[in-house]
Amino acid sequence: MAEDKTNAAAYWSANLRLIFGSLIVWAMVSYGFAILLRPLLAGIPVGGTDLGFWFAQQGSIVTFIAIIFHYAWKMNKLDEKFGLGE
Amino acid sequence: MSQFAINILFVGASFALYIGIAIWARAGSTKEFYVAGGGVHPVANSMATAADWMSAASFISMAGLLASGGYFASSFLMGWTGGYVLLAMLLAPYLRKFGKFTVPDFIGDRFYSGAARNIAVICLITASVTYVIGQMSGAGVAFSRFLEISNTAGIWIAALIVFLYAVFGGMKGITYTQVAQYVVLIIAYTIPAVFIAMQLTGNPIPMFGMFGTHETSGVPLLEKLNSVISEIGFREYTADIDNKLNMFLFTLSLMFGTAGLPHVIIRFFTVPKVADARWSAGWALVFIALLYLTAPAVGSMAQLNLVTTVYPDAKGKVESYADAMENPIMYSERPEWIKTWEETGLITFVDKNNDGRIQFYNDKNADFNETASSRGWEGNELNVNNDILVLANPEIANLPGWVIGLIAAGGIAAALSTAAGLLLAISSAISHDLIKKTFKPDITEKGEMLAARISMAVAILLATYLGLNPPGFAAQTVALAFGIAAASLFPALMMGIFSTTINNKGAIAGMLAGLLTTLVYIFTYKGWFFIPETNMLPDNAANWVLGVSPLSFGAVGAIINFAVAFSVTKVTAPLPDEIRAMVESVRYPKGAGAAQDH
Repeated sequence: MAEDKTNAAAYWSANLRLIFGSLIVWAMVSYGFAILLRPLLAGIPVGGTDLGFWFAQQGSIVTFIAIIFHYAWKMNKLDEKFGLGE
Repeated sequence: MSQFAINILFVGASFALYIGIAIWARAGSTKEFYVAGGGVHPVANSMATAADWMSAASFISMAGLLASGGYFASSFLMGWTGGYVLLAMLLAPYLRKFGKFTVPDFIGDRFYSGAARNIAVICLITASVTYVIGQMSGAGVAFSRFLEISNTAGIWIAALIVFLYAVFGGMKGITYTQVAQYVVLIIAYTIPAVFIAMQLTGNPIPMFGMFGTHETSGVPLLEKLNSVISEIGFREYTADIDNKLNMFLFTLSLMFGTAGLPHVIIRFFTVPKVADARWSAGWALVFIALLYLTAPAVGSMAQLNLVTTVYPDAKGKVESYADAMENPIMYSERPEWIKTWEETGLITFVDKNNDGRIQFYNDKNADFNETASSRGWEGNELNVNNDILVLANPEIANLPGWVIGLIAAGGIAAALSTAAGLLLAISSAISHDLIKKTFKPDITEKGEMLAARISMAVAILLATYLGLNPPGFAAQTVALAFGIAAASLFPALMMGIFSTTINNKGAIAGMLAGLLTTLVYIFTYKGWFFIPETNMLPDNAANWVLGVSPLSFGAVGAIINFAVAFSVTKVTAPLPDEIRAMVESVRYPKGAGAAQDH
């Protein structure tokens, strides 16, 4: 039982670390590149506009998809590793 | 074949398909009715989620919002997709593990309180009802334009179709119908976009064409669009903005709201396993992104087409845009599609300076007025409703008749699929959370099913009534539905999963604090209960607290919710052990299979 507890705690903190890292990327592409940091990226041209604009209307969405699939894939491995999957 | 016959054919065929699916997928148990038996394949579930999510607003209005809002409107794109990242990591898998039917179910059990459950029910019903009004009136617009019947008859037909498959099929019927509706709506949205991207940029992929070169002039498409619209006084499409705080908070509110909207969350109760809930969120976003990545291309290209229709000199290679914009077309020479849309009242023309030409420009831009009056212009003469950009898109680009039929079927599919999902969320909250959990716990399964069907039928009638007589707040859907979901439901769900300390009193106080501050802030500027003239401060940036728009306040409300919940928990009794064990258990996927059979 005690072993189960530590196992479960380790699984949960691994999950939290993964969530935290994913949320940093999530915030970086949307709130960072697309909104607050857009003036900094203004020098990088992309098809008639700048990189910040591209992130606002295309890049952030594509990154969101990548984040979710990466998270799902990593969590499936964690489920297996800790024997907590279904 | 006439255009009318083609439209009837496309819309009729899609309806026959939906009804056929509904008959095939009739629900036999409450579990099938509420969560489709918990056995829908994750990819099919994701398509259904995408159709559920993409409303008449996404399909019909978003490209128009982008065309008129430009860069600031990117908040809609990021907000309505970024929320799925939060859902996939912070809510969906754990709520699936919890294994119940509704969102108030989780809040009521986790915070061991009937009051918390009922607050959740009220939030759910308010957000969903506001949302469903927009769907009914959206379906009405699509019907009346394409099937040449009155708006009223259109709304009644929409109500009847939803009634047939939602009341009999429940979540199972709705889910499989939504899969078909997704296919219809995405084909309808992308085909005209592909045609137009080809015409303008030579690139068949709209999201690449948007950043490509405008063929007839040889400059990048977005640069072309910027030059054309800034010469008639509009903001450049890609121009940066000054008030970043507002854009930041607005995007955050839309993301929290997306993750907290109950009709989206219940979609993740229908998959077989916890792992499937994670995959399902990813696939749902892929299916949603197909439309959302195309929308800015549709918005920018349709806007360019619209302006160059009015100012034909600006079409090709242009030396001076200022000269090109001096000669708008004669009203008598306007294209056929302007005439058809004038009949609906969604395009209007008034010849203010009596020169027989259509002056289309931004007369609210004070800096531009000098140029305008030097050209002899006396005000903007052409008003184009934002909502027609997508619907009129095929006509503006001279596409074949079947593409127009497809758009009609697609717009109706988008409205119906979202309406059905919302109605299910409303009816399950009433029959399951109010009737079974609060008033009549000894109700039989058969009785609960009947109650669910009756409350669904009542909800449809109410939605139809509100669609026919839209109240003042119909246009405020975004502020109200997303504000409530972001400030009240999302934080409560998140704390319920990630905190092993937040107790019943903390959660209730937090939800109420988030909800009330958000509502008061919205009502202060938009009018109490959206009744015109009852607002206490004018709704403009100068009067907003720290420049935060009422639309963006949901994120602030969420932060208040978190803060109050933590503070109240600190000074009240600690969480009971059995609830702590429950929180632990939703964190680990193991055992979710058993949790299904209850």
